[in-house]
Amino acid sequence: MAQQQQHEDEYTHVVPVSLYVGIWAALMVGTLITVLASFAELGIFNIVVALLIATIKGTLVVLFFMHLRYSPKLTMVAVISSIFFLFILFALTMTDYLSRGWATFAGR
Amino acid sequence: MATAVQPVVERETYLNSDYGLKSWLLTKDHKRIALLYLMSITAMFWLGGFFAMLIRLELLTPAGDLVSSDTYNKLFTMHGITMVFFFLIPSVPAVIGNFVIPLMIGAKDLAFPRLNLLSWYLYMIGACMALYGFLFGGIDTGWTFYTPFSTSYSNTHVVTVAVGIFVVGFSSIFTGLNFIVTIHRMRAPGLTWSRLPLFCWSNYAASLIMVLGTPVIAITLLLVAFERLFHIGVFNPALGGDPLLFQHLFWFYSHPAVYIMILPGMGVISEVITCYSRKRAFGYEFVALASIAIAVLGFLVWAHHMFVAGISMYSALVFSLLTYFVAIPSAVKVFNWTATMYKGSVRYDTPMLYAWGFIGLFTLGGLTGVFLASIGVDVHVTDTYFVVAHFHYVMVGGMVLAYLAGLHFWWPKITGKMYPEPPAKLSALLVFVGFNLTFFPQFILGYMGMPRRYHAYPPEFQVLNVLSTAGASVLAVGYVLPMIYFLWSLRYGKDAGPNPWHAVGLEWMTPSPPPTHNFDETPVVTWEAYDYEHQPQEEITVGH
Amino acid sequence: MATSTEIQAAERSFQHHFASMEQQRDTATFGMWMFLLTEIMFFGGLFCSYLVYRHTYYTAFVEGSQKMNIILGAINTAVLICSSLSMAMGVRAAQMGKPKLMVILLLITILFGFGFLGIKAVEYHEHWTNHEFPGPNFHFETGDPAHPPTDPTHTEIYFGLYWAMTGLHALHMVIGIGLVTWLVLAGMRGAYSPIYYSPVENVGLYWHFVDLVWIYLFPLLYLISHKHAG
Repeated sequence: MAQQQQHEDEYTHVVPVSLYVGIWAALMVGTLITVLASFAELGIFNIVVALLIATIKGTLVVLFFMHLRYSPKLTMVAVISSIFFLFILFALTMTDYLSRGWATFAGR
Repeated sequence: MATAVQPVVERETYLNSDYGLKSWLLTKDHKRIALLYLMSITAMFWLGGFFAMLIRLELLTPAGDLVSSDTYNKLFTMHGITMVFFFLIPSVPAVIGNFVIPLMIGAKDLAFPRLNLLSWYLYMIGACMALYGFLFGGIDTGWTFYTPFSTSYSNTHVVTVAVGIFVVGFSSIFTGLNFIVTIHRMRAPGLTWSRLPLFCWSNYAASLIMVLGTPVIAITLLLVAFERLFHIGVFNPALGGDPLLFQHLFWFYSHPAVYIMILPGMGVISEVITCYSRKRAFGYEFVALASIAIAVLGFLVWAHHMFVAGISMYSALVFSLLTYFVAIPSAVKVFNWTATMYKGSVRYDTPMLYAWGFIGLFTLGGLTGVFLASIGVDVHVTDTYFVVAHFHYVMVGGMVLAYLAGLHFWWPKITGKMYPEPPAKLSALLVFVGFNLTFFPQFILGYMGMPRRYHAYPPEFQVLNVLSTAGASVLAVGYVLPMIYFLWSLRYGKDAGPNPWHAVGLEWMTPSPPPTHNFDETPVVTWEAYDYEHQPQEEITVGH
Repeated sequence: MATSTEIQAAERSFQHHFASMEQQRDTATFGMWMFLLTEIMFFGGLFCSYLVYRHTYYTAFVEGSQKMNIILGAINTAVLICSSLSMAMGVRAAQMGKPKLMVILLLITILFGFGFLGIKAVEYHEHWTNHEFPGPNFHFETGDPAHPPTDPTHTEIYFGLYWAMTGLHALHMVIGIGLVTWLVLAGMRGAYSPIYYSPVENVGLYWHFVDLVWIYLFPLLYLISHKHAG
């Protein structure tokens, strides 16, 4: 298929400096919050908060610094697919580790 | 303007466009790179076959009398590593895919020609490292590198070979990356996804696995190397490390890897069956989507290699269920191939003979895989010759036959020469008979309890082992013959012309062998895939 | 607005198996994204190992993590974020046809890169002299006499993963600095312009990805918990 892109793509779209600086500021603030939040005692939610903030930061980097926001949809599909398979690696491996202590038959 | 058969005298082809070693070793032409791979892969195939021969010779007698047990461990390890990483995984994609895919989509080359050449060099570097390890002491961990034996106890060249596999893994990753980008971005005008040949769909699906799965085994083998070199003991039980974590990471790649091996072969079969039935692929969309389904589902089932390793029973249940599902898209393909042949105008040329062999043997191998998916059965036959027979049915009966089918099918396009048909048919017969004689007895042996990876066995297993070794000899002859007549055909074969099989496909619309730039003009595709109804018996011409 | 040198540079860089410059640059960027997906899975194996062992040996991981220097780690995170900003601005400068500005911004990026590696070297030195490297010389102390290590054997696994994950990340930083240096040299020769700057864009993608990995490494390795685990 011909790849004549008449619409703006990541090469023709110019991101304003103010947006880049804004993202930078958000990332710096996010780092500060991550450190401060680690000192709060949230029990099991410490890791949730830490990963949530990291994911928000990461999303900003990917969307704006890496121009995914302005890239073809195919690129977005590819990125989401790889995250999905990474998640499969984590989740299915953990089915083993999480259930090892569960009861089995014959009372063992 | 018609691109008919051009005069043979002085026509520029990719073979005569430039001479000299440098023009081959520094080529960016996907067709030359495919031939470089053909030579390397053929050499590694014979090396793997050599190890197999020694294994089968040892197993002629119940006593471990030909080699010591340590040597035997090295033999099956090196056989497995050579065949899996240096033959099966690259074979169809790197040889046939590299050559044919740009032609099939009407492109001048792959998206990244220099990356393609780098892929071959990485293959060669990895192969040299593995060969060094093999020659100067060998490796005895099994191709599966299970810890803690590979990390803490083996005294063989684990690091060298592991790093060699790491390097060849990147060869595979870059090939897959190249294919994905090429198929997305370099198709000729009019060639929509729904007109794409099924060979491209299959290689695309395999490439997805190459790109997503191979990095995981890369880091895993690197960790094994780190543990041996720097004592970073991630898998060391003495430090609380879990050998099963190694297995999870290893099989996360190595199970999908078997689909990297078989999917391109299935792609070949789709092309061969449609051509020699002179019929459109039955259920084209289903076959295309089944390829993607195999790739996706293949990532969800890895721990069926670990049912008795010590994973939790509940996890095993999940993986067993998922494993049943992965059989479905493969079955969909088999049914569609069969339906394609029904009421087709079937010819019995050699590629078609291999395709029939594939369908029968892959089905048997695949079904025995379903047996193994059942935990109750697996507990009894795991680590026996039943498993060995299962994977050789799919890998050799399936994949190698598909590779041979593809080599025969596209040989005229690659070389411009026809191979001689009578010895080719004989070879196909020898391969089929030899294969079954070698591996069917192994199903019985495994069911009877003969364990794998043992160099000695109880005497009651000898008869079946002798049959198996005899079969291997026949199989070997079946492999040697094509080497001879293919080489013969380069000199004495009939000129092939652009489309000796009267097949439908862009690769058949350019001369044989093709010019360096593939097409004189970029083709514009206006027909559906496998449009045999509308194609006259003579070659059709390239449209504008 | 491209000069004739830049137009010539763009024409020299056009590869003829492509139908147009547009196709070439879209393909190159898509290729780099594909490569980054492989890097996600490559690091992913390490993150999976981390996940398994943190779950199994939480206490050991907490105690190991408490030996990390949070201030240096946080500074390094900030350094990388700044380097991503300068890199993104450098790509933008190339896109806007300002080659000199691009070179300056890329040099700043390299500086930040070396800053990161320098701080990392300081941290590594400290961990090394504290015998916090796995192997026969590993010896773990919490540094707090009131709270001796509860699970030092398994803390060795934490450190194994620490060295492997940050080491692999640092290696990628070194490669990144090398790539940006190559851009600086080519940029000084006028190779890039608004009509041809895809190498700058694609190296930028790689650089941001390396930053992204650190964004996850920092909280996972440095900030597990500040409470006494034992």
